[in-house]
Amino acid sequence: MSTLNHQPALSGVSAGRKVKDRVVQVLVYVAFLLALIPLISVLWTVISKGLKRFDPEFFTHSMNGIGANDAGGGAYHAIIGTVEQVLLASVIAIPIGVLTAVYLVEYGRDSRLAKVVSFFVDVMTGLPSIVAGLFVLAFWLLLLGFSFSGFAGAMALSILMMPTVVRAAEEMLKLVPNDLREASFALGVPRWRTICFVVLPTAFTGIITGIMLAIARVMGETAPLLLTVFVTSAINNSPFQGPQMALPLYIFDQAGRPNDAAINRAWAAALTLIVLIMLLNLVARLIARLRKPVSR
Amino acid sequence: MAKRIEISGLNAYYGKTRAIEDISMTVEPRSVTAFIGPSGCGKSTLLRTLNRMHEVIPGARVEGKVLLDDLNLYGSEVDPVAVRRAIGMVFQRPNPFPTMSIFDNVAAGLKLNGVRGRGRLGEIVEKSLRGANLWNEVKDRLNRPGAGLSGGQQQRLCIARAIAVEPQVLLMDEPCSALDPISTLAIEDLIASLKDKYTIVIVTHNMQQAARVSDTTGFFNLAAQGQPGRLVEIDDTNKIFTNPTEKATEDYITGRFG
Repeated sequence: MSTLNHQPALSGVSAGRKVKDRVVQVLVYVAFLLALIPLISVLWTVISKGLKRFDPEFFTHSMNGIGANDAGGGAYHAIIGTVEQVLLASVIAIPIGVLTAVYLVEYGRDSRLAKVVSFFVDVMTGLPSIVAGLFVLAFWLLLLGFSFSGFAGAMALSILMMPTVVRAAEEMLKLVPNDLREASFALGVPRWRTICFVVLPTAFTGIITGIMLAIARVMGETAPLLLTVFVTSAINNSPFQGPQMALPLYIFDQAGRPNDAAINRAWAAALTLIVLIMLLNLVARLIARLRKPVSR
Repeated sequence: MAKRIEISGLNAYYGKTRAIEDISMTVEPRSVTAFIGPSGCGKSTLLRTLNRMHEVIPGARVEGKVLLDDLNLYGSEVDPVAVRRAIGMVFQRPNPFPTMSIFDNVAAGLKLNGVRGRGRLGEIVEKSLRGANLWNEVKDRLNRPGAGLSGGQQQRLCIARAIAVEPQVLLMDEPCSALDPISTLAIEDLIASLKDKYTIVIVTHNMQQAARVSDTTGFFNLAAQGQPGRLVEIDDTNKIFTNPTEKATEDYITGRFG
């Protein structure tokens, strides 16, 4: 505020502008604090309540044979389920999403197909998650006759992931300067090699960030899984056979039971979910940092 | 290795707009040919038609012939990728690949075209960097990113990258316009030494530069704003700068317009 005081030759900042500056500054800080309140309160609640059951048993046991009012039990089966389902969903959604983005930016440009694809990606972005679940339920389970499985859930999740991945990758690819593509073309490098070895590596960090956001979003989905992987209290390591569990489902299931042991398990599962997403983020940052050349 | 370029009846379009009109000229091997003229007169467009980079822009197309020795670059059986491999290009702004080290930048054209083996690549990289007068400055930090060099060094890195694939012709699109005078001098010296091996075409806004580095100079102009660019005259650089045939050329080089 006092930085302009020692410039007497030019007339100082008028009182009106100083006041406005102050007011806007205060507003920005207030908005920041307001935004922080829910974040901190959520973190605080989840951590303080979740730590009660954040013990080894929770991570090594399932709910098999745990009665309705019993304490103990754990979320091992749910963690396994979430990890497998999200992994499968990523395996489906990331290649399709990134390749779609490559088509849109590098090949499609303003073609009619690109516009149509772009439109449907927008539509998919706004798709309620339960509709993705209903689609898999109707198509995969009812029409084709497969049974509940982690894979069915992964398909529903991949539908939700895809538009996020496409949009993020598209934005990042657009940021790659055209100079680089031309430099590569001028060396007699074919387009596809230019994309693989110049364009994608340049956009790599951004694309990874976008993918992480998509994964984080999908990890907390409950509704589509409810319709596709069903619920189980036993460990099922195979995502292709029989109902599985997932952390959001576990939380939903436990939180609905009228006793403290179950409620505490739900909180611990919520904390586990948050930690899992944070770990994933950390790993992604690390990968991005390793891949990025030191910029000087 | 160096080859002659013969352009005849060349028209280039961006969508419906014609950018250059009916250009015919010959570019001699082992010489430097400079294109000068006011902005928007189609110098760069013409340059980009010579290695088929023009058509990379959506909606752009070319009519006419460009012969590299006897091969028509716009023949139906010619692969534009192969053309670009034979005719290298250096751009206005230095554009090293940001994800690659100095070594990888120079080796990029070879690697991306399937040359393998660190030893063999190393030889070519050293030769190219020496060719671009950059070797002594970077030999101890070949693994550092190319983007960490100064602007002039980056541009010489780009030249090294372009000559690493051993093209027959080297096109330069205002290669010094983003550089300071010392780097410019370095690049001009480099052009003079590359002349022995390559056919060089350079677009420049700097007439002194054209006079300094080129053997032949072509002057381009447009009849009026919005009209396509045309070749006004092309001749020995000395003649263009001392005794041009066309009045427009004289006006331009003496600074009476443009």
